Amino acid sequence: MADKRPEKTDATKQRDRRNMAIALGLGAFIVLVFAVTILRIGGSVAERSF
Amino acid sequence: MSEASAHMRASDIAGPGDYFDLLKPRVMSLVIFTAFVGMVAAPGAMHPALAAISLLAIALGAGASGALNMWWDADIDAVMTRTARRPVPAGRVPRAEAAAFGWFLSALAVALLALASNYVAAGLLAFTIFFYVVVYSMWLKRATPQNIVIGGAAGALPPVVGWAAVSGATPLDAWVLFAIIFLWTPPHFWALALFKQGDYERAGVPMMPVVKGAASTRRQIFAYSIILAIAGVSPSVIGTTGVLYFAAAAALGAYFIYAAWKLLRAAEDDQRPAVHLFKFSILYLFALFAAIPIERWAGLHG
Repeated sequence: MADKRPEKTDATKQRDRRNMAIALGLGAFIVLVFAVTILRIGGSVAERSF
Repeated sequence: MSEASAHMRASDIAGPGDYFDLLKPRVMSLVIFTAFVGMVAAPGAMHPALAAISLLAIALGAGASGALNMWWDADIDAVMTRTARRPVPAGRVPRAEAAAFGWFLSALAVALLALASNYVAAGLLAFTIFFYVVVYSMWLKRATPQNIVIGGAAGALPPVVGWAAVSGATPLDAWVLFAIIFLWTPPHFWALALFKQGDYERAGVPMMPVVKGAASTRRQIFAYSIILAIAGVSPSVIGTTGVLYFAAAAALGAYFIYAAWKLLRAAEDDQRPAVHLFKFSILYLFALFAAIPIERWAGLHG
């Protein structure tokens, strides 16, 4: 099936690339904060006293 | 899609690369390096992954400062040949976007460093950004020929931030590393300003050679080179580093003074000694700071 959408302009392509970079950046930040959380909890979870 | 943007060339529209350029990657790499050395030199242990994330946060903070500097100084950058092709003066990134990008990244970087290390390091990173953007870019740069002397404090802070990230404190040892970069900044930038004087003059930036002339600037560079050479060896005097570092710092410092002396004695229209000193100053700082981790890993310290 042929793609009926109009051909993308350079501006649209660049915008798509920016959006992708923002998505990857936010994703990376989420992973980093999660990693920091796990690393800082670290051994304290195993050593908790309850 | 508006008619106007449809006619724009791809090179006129910002892609992710333009936003990366806003971070001043080359300045960022020097910040990463000096902060890393501060982390290596500091006592105490840090989880390697947390150390890497802390370093990333410091790098992000430095990048954010770069973006905010390009936002504020777009008018200066536009008239200087060295900086006219930057994303903001070239018209690819709107000024307001650079500002938003910079402030947002600053907050992100400080928060990430607070989570990954401690509040001392995060506070120092926030202060570094504030000092570079508000004190240097907004205030001093256009006001006084001492602009880069005082503003150099921002560039000198990363090893202290790195030290604080690992140890939670900033003892004298960390501030001696600060002092080295602080004293290195004036001869480094004034050497550049000597052979880029026309650029700064056109932009109306009161750099030392523009305000006080080349002869006075050369004398001041020479004076700073002597103080820098002394500061360069001082980490070994107070016990932060050992004999290997001392030898490297002494040799590098002696050559720095020699290069500054050649510049002082050179004919007035001879630009080569200034170019030479500028290039050597970069090698000087890199080699001096590299000597610290090399000495530690070789087991030659303590």
